[in-house]
Amino acid sequence: MEHDLETFRAETRVWLEANCPPEMRDSAQGEDTICWGGKNWAFTSEAQKTWLDRMAAKGWTVPTWPQEYGGAGLNRAQDKILTEELQDMGARLPLQSFGIWMLGPALLHFGTHEQKLQYLPPIARGEIRWCQGYSEPGAGSDLASVQTRAEIDGDMYVVNGQKVWTSYADKADWIFALVRTDREAPKHKGISFVLIDMTTPGVTTRPIRLISGQSPFCETFFDDVRSPRAQRVGEENRGWDVAKYLLNHEREMISGGGQGLLGGRPLGAVLSEISDNLDPTIRAEATACEIDTLAMAMTLDRYKDQAETTEIGDASAMLKYAGTELNKRRYELMMKAKGADALAWEDGEAEGWLRTKANSIEGGTSEVMLSIISRRVLGLPG
Amino acid sequence: MSLLPTDDEVMLADAARGFLDAAAPIGHLRGLRDSGTTHDPALWTEICTMGWAGVLVPEAQGGSDMGHAAAGVLAREMGKTLVSSPFLSTAVIAATALRKVADYRAQEALGRIARGEVTYAIAVDEGPKHAPEATELHAKPDGNGFRLTGTKRFVVDAGFADRALVLARTGAGMTLFDVPLDRDGMTLASKSMIDARDAGDLYLDGVVATGDDILGQVDDGMTVLTPALQAGQAALAAEMIGLAAGAFAKTVGYLQDRKQFGVPIGAFQSLQHRAAHLWTETEITLSAILNAGRILDNGEDATLAVSLAKARASKTAELAVQEGVQMHGGIGMTDAHDIGFFMKRARVAAEWLGDYSYHAEIVARLRGF
Repeated sequence: MEHDLETFRAETRVWLEANCPPEMRDSAQGEDTICWGGKNWAFTSEAQKTWLDRMAAKGWTVPTWPQEYGGAGLNRAQDKILTEELQDMGARLPLQSFGIWMLGPALLHFGTHEQKLQYLPPIARGEIRWCQGYSEPGAGSDLASVQTRAEIDGDMYVVNGQKVWTSYADKADWIFALVRTDREAPKHKGISFVLIDMTTPGVTTRPIRLISGQSPFCETFFDDVRSPRAQRVGEENRGWDVAKYLLNHEREMISGGGQGLLGGRPLGAVLSEISDNLDPTIRAEATACEIDTLAMAMTLDRYKDQAETTEIGDASAMLKYAGTELNKRRYELMMKAKGADALAWEDGEAEGWLRTKANSIEGGTSEVMLSIISRRVLGLPG
Repeated sequence: MSLLPTDDEVMLADAARGFLDAAAPIGHLRGLRDSGTTHDPALWTEICTMGWAGVLVPEAQGGSDMGHAAAGVLAREMGKTLVSSPFLSTAVIAATALRKVADYRAQEALGRIARGEVTYAIAVDEGPKHAPEATELHAKPDGNGFRLTGTKRFVVDAGFADRALVLARTGAGMTLFDVPLDRDGMTLASKSMIDARDAGDLYLDGVVATGDDILGQVDDGMTVLTPALQAGQAALAAEMIGLAAGAFAKTVGYLQDRKQFGVPIGAFQSLQHRAAHLWTETEITLSAILNAGRILDNGEDATLAVSLAKARASKTAELAVQEGVQMHGGIGMTDAHDIGFFMKRARVAAEWLGDYSYHAEIVARLRGF
């Protein structure tokens, strides 16, 4: 077993050395270095395209997915090794997307074989970019009160309503959305999980300008959108099961936000580079933050190992809560350490700092996470 | 390396829990305190019979040699019910030091630890804070040996232990001595510790020590003591996460049972969120503790892992007992309720072998701050 893993590591290193273009080994992190893929994607360089194509052909854009759906069928130990080897050579991830993080896991669990064959390989190859249609103006923390309705018309749904905080909806090819298919049922029992092509007539999007000056989020409108019922995942009116499962994966993904954002280097080392004579109070805060970050990384690892055999389930709320609050702390410290050198947009810190403020809101607020923990994990009443 | 418990570790924890719930529930510590004693030799004998005293002793010397992660499993279970025993000082710290030496005398001593024939106190600190490098107690050459003079404080388990590991300053460094506590020139002033466990101040006035009493090399005692302290810090951190879990279980139980305004107080969101935050902290700290056990067993440099574990454990245990008392309300302030025992043990354990600041500073330096 150990021997097999060492062989795998050696082979992986050789392959990565031979196939990762030099331009993709710059340890770059951050929004503008991500390859999101999709029909509208403009590659920032030839190297970015080459890297994606080679990794996709190997199944390593989604290493743990089954091979027939575009993955490499790696187990957790192999996946860890691949991640470590990529980090060691400073390689960028070839592809990141909501399809990989959220829809994929939900489809693997709830989708039919045909749906998996149809939707997963294009995600793995970066050909189709997905966005998430969950929140609505009246359904934020109370997500199950979604009002966007889908009425049945033969083999089709006719969808009407409005979604909000649909990240990158203006750049996405498809959307996975929660819609109400039974208005009489209790709110959790009348929801379906549907897949809709964004080019369908009646779908429109409008970006929302945020405090960071960026517009990663959109409003998405559905006006008499006709979409096949066959594109529903799971049973009709049982979409909440799919929604919750996907949310747990989303929360795990967001909880990792505190990791690696500074190239894996200790926070304090970054701080002392940007600020001579680091203020003792900031150094003490940074030390505490570093201690918590290291322990959090171990916790994520432990839960991922556990997920090999048991669903993490509601405990993902703990990872999400802790990871996002930690990430906000890290960015606050960066801002304080740089002082006036971080207050102009051109200094390049403020955007990321402001972006982290959404971490403890998106995918369920910290307060909702604490309520989930107390009721479903600790068994407190209410 | 996975932090998930192995099958053996799960079985060990279950067996330990079963034994301790019967032999040493929290009432056991309360009973010791009420009778004015700090040590139950009968309990320690039972613990030794189960092989726990030999958890870090090689099989050749009669130990079970289960390793540091296993020692952590035992310490954690003992922490849940605040078990008072010389496990940390004798079975973890002294055994690790003796194992580092590995000469004939040390092997003999390891055998005696495993058989429950000897207990150790750890005499390192001299001030209110953990600081081995600040040792002033000196060992003056005298004939073929030394004479030790000085004062050690916060000497855990000295009130009943047979021997002590004493760190002393010598010509060009520090030297670690292994001496019986009844040797001429030793005076112990036992203290009534808030956690009802054993500790006191040890006065040495020209105590004679020979070359046979030295662990390791003259002037190079830290080579032996540092890994021993690290093993102790990791196991103490494990005890503290057990303590936090014990206090937390009591608190969640109280939130479910106690009714005010006609409902269980656990239905109030303000308390739910505090309990959920506390659970989050205990889960994160647990990872650091499991990691320290694994790293020690792998034989890697465990400095970062151990300090991370002790720092997180000190902070989390503090939170757990503060929240525990606050959420219990008035009853939590009474001696009749057990939650106060957790608070007092957490305070003492936080200081022993280095507090949050001590270990945070080590992390900061190792991470290049």
